[in-house]
Amino acid sequence: MKLPLEEPKDWICTACGCTLDIVKVGFTYMKGNFEVDLPACSSCGLVLISEELANGKMADVERILEDK
Amino acid sequence: MDKNELQAWEYKCIQEEPAQCMSGCPIHVDARLFVKQAGLGKWDDAQKTLAKTMPFPKILGRICDHPCESVCKRGEVEEPIAIGNLERICIENAHEKVKMVILGRKQTRVAIIGSGLSSLTAAWDLIRKGYQVTIFEPGQRLGGNLRDYPETILPPDVISEELSLLENTGATIELSSNISGSDFISNLRKEFDAVFIGLDAEGLNTGVLEHNGNSKALYAPLTMATSMDGVFAGGKHTLNGRPSPIYDVLDGRKAATSIDRYTMNSSMDSGREFEGPYTSRLYTNIEGIAPLPRISPADTVSGFSAQEAIQEAGRCIQCECLECVKVCLYLERYEGYPKKYARQVFNNEYVMHGRARTKNLFVNTCSTCGLCETVCPNDFYVGDMMLQARRTMLKNNVMPPSFHEFALLDMAHSNGEHFALSHHEPEKDKSTWLYFPSCQLCSTSPAEVEASYGYLRKNLEGGVGIMLRCCGAPAYWAGRDDLFKEAQDTIRQEWEQLGKPRVITACSTCKNLFQDHIPGMETHTLWEIVEKCGLPQQSPVCGNATGAKTISIADPCMSRHDQETRESVRRIAQTLGFSIEELSLSGEKAECCGFGGLMFNADPAMAKNVIKHRTTTIDPPDTSLYRTTVNDNDYLAYCAMCRDNLAAGGKRTSHLIEHLFPTVPGNDPAARGWISWSERRANRTRVKENILREHGASEGAVVEEFEKITLHMTPEVRRKIDERRILEGDIKKVIDHAEQTGKRLQSLQSKVYRTYLQSDNVTFWVDYTPADTGFTVHNAYCHRMNIVGIKQ
Repeated sequence: MKLPLEEPKDWICTACGCTLDIVKVGFTYMKGNFEVDLPACSSCGLVLISEELANGKMADVERILEDK
Repeated sequence: MDKNELQAWEYKCIQEEPAQCMSGCPIHVDARLFVKQAGLGKWDDAQKTLAKTMPFPKILGRICDHPCESVCKRGEVEEPIAIGNLERICIENAHEKVKMVILGRKQTRVAIIGSGLSSLTAAWDLIRKGYQVTIFEPGQRLGGNLRDYPETILPPDVISEELSLLENTGATIELSSNISGSDFISNLRKEFDAVFIGLDAEGLNTGVLEHNGNSKALYAPLTMATSMDGVFAGGKHTLNGRPSPIYDVLDGRKAATSIDRYTMNSSMDSGREFEGPYTSRLYTNIEGIAPLPRISPADTVSGFSAQEAIQEAGRCIQCECLECVKVCLYLERYEGYPKKYARQVFNNEYVMHGRARTKNLFVNTCSTCGLCETVCPNDFYVGDMMLQARRTMLKNNVMPPSFHEFALLDMAHSNGEHFALSHHEPEKDKSTWLYFPSCQLCSTSPAEVEASYGYLRKNLEGGVGIMLRCCGAPAYWAGRDDLFKEAQDTIRQEWEQLGKPRVITACSTCKNLFQDHIPGMETHTLWEIVEKCGLPQQSPVCGNATGAKTISIADPCMSRHDQETRESVRRIAQTLGFSIEELSLSGEKAECCGFGGLMFNADPAMAKNVIKHRTTTIDPPDTSLYRTTVNDNDYLAYCAMCRDNLAAGGKRTSHLIEHLFPTVPGNDPAARGWISWSERRANRTRVKENILREHGASEGAVVEEFEKITLHMTPEVRRKIDERRILEGDIKKVIDHAEQTGKRLQSLQSKVYRTYLQSDNVTFWVDYTPADTGFTVHNAYCHRMNIVGIKQ
């Protein structure tokens, strides 16, 4: 799944002190599994999800899976 | 829902029943559709509608005695639609020829005597069914008594052209037949498999048949069967003393059906209840239908011009029911009606492949308020159907938690250590009364609840205990019978331990659920007690020098069947100096505020839309049917959620308890506005702590470390996160976790921290920066998708 991204270089992980990379992040919801390319800290796995993504595409997919 | 249940639900909804004009027509012409097409000037389409059930429309369209008009609903407002005249203009203007489609030829031979309308119809129907038909006409041409009509009404060439259809389809036509012989009928019967006798055939000798006193051959009204086996008769029908062409047609049609059954050896009389005219179950509300006079043709001889006909057809109401859809935004927005919805609910459960389960949200959005049942002529309660469907979803393990979780967690909070309590009155060891103010009233009006408790203790004798809990309504609405039973069982047990006192409720939902589920519990409303004991001294009278202040009472949907409470509230409001202007939907027709049935949880956008329609006049209306009226004056609610939802929608709304027990002198309760879910919980806790303090308890519930964090946010952020159902407690937990573990991101540009934490089924995200005391929250959002982790 392709999603709009926040610029990963604008963010750092404060625990690891490094900038974020685009990596594959796994999700599950209502018996569905999927992977999405998202900015995340490659070292500790902290991911970055924007408000637009959470309230937009993710909310849409949640709704679709709830009515399936 | 099983098939029988589906059928029972479907039967209740009458929207798909035929219009009265159709059911009242002996041959069930779809006059509603016909008039609609005529109104659009679509003459060929309109003629097709006639031809669907009408034999020889070019003839009958000119001479039909239109009994449909006598049952037209427009006729209850003033004159009925001139359906007969519209038929005439239609067939004059339609260019397409009427075609006859024959379904597979049979070898069965049927004799038809005469060629009046009953004989012609029997022939027409039997030929279409593939029978070998022979018509015996004593005259020199077909048409029988049709030839008696004046040329201006029924020109002979129209008859000839229309009847040529019969010849073209291979019917055998015997003109100048000698039908007067005494054994004519018996001989025909020997030669043919069945015989139909048109009683209008001139000179026919029916001596072999049984007759009535008027020497008319007898036949059974349902089957048209005469005393001779295989011989059927009809025609020469009169209605109100006049010949009725359409009833002649019906006779022929019934006889054709009987002949078909007779020759096939099937039951002659089963399943024929709806042949001929009957009263449809369709209900059409004509209230508010403006009178429109019938159009008179300028030329009375030739009848309507096309333009006049279109105008006349425009008067048609296009009868339908949709009573429930007109008063419910939810039912309207799904673009159907209960019968259709019943099928959708059924399919949602049973069609397990392909498009199954696409109605989960729909099933869970209904507020179950019951207004549909009140306005439905057949008491179709959509909420009941949806509650059952929710239980089935739970049983089948397909209920998305998101639909109810927030409400169920709120209920758990109310029934947990932060709120739940049951106690005798301080310094008393028994309770004659028990105040159950409700969780949501404590959420929104804690001080007023405390003041009302003081009032009850002062005015009632024998001890007034108090119970703080949730009645279990959210669990009931969610279909969670397990949680509902648990909530009600606890209430019942604690009430029994207090000595089964009389319960005083301040919420209609609690009252309803107790009455329905806790046998033996005597319930009273706070309003009833106030009326009996007298208004509290501190309640101000609201009228002023210029007269009473006008308000509209927003009855809760849960008071629909509780007239006593509704009247009590009105009397109190009047005593307080208000004059009342009723809402168009109030009393037993009260609307829900979007909280009922957990609509607000399953479909927040729908709930918001409901409130928008109840608080704002939308001009132009954004729905085709649903219209609610918004009164200009302030609203007075007596349900906490109604107050809060209407106020959140921007309508000046107060709660009755705020007028009876004002806690700030001179305050304007209708100006209070919205309240957040976080405040609600804090208010509940406050009520409990204050009551415990009276009982001498020094401390309330244990406060966890993270809960002590101070948050700062703008009113806009506060409202936004509340609409996303994010509690301040959730945010504190997330920040606390980030600060403890260091697991957070930071924007290099703004230096804002962003962090997240999954709590049960929801992942909460918070943008924040440290402040002098606590933290400033810039934003918060959430999702239910579970982050499994990054793939290395």
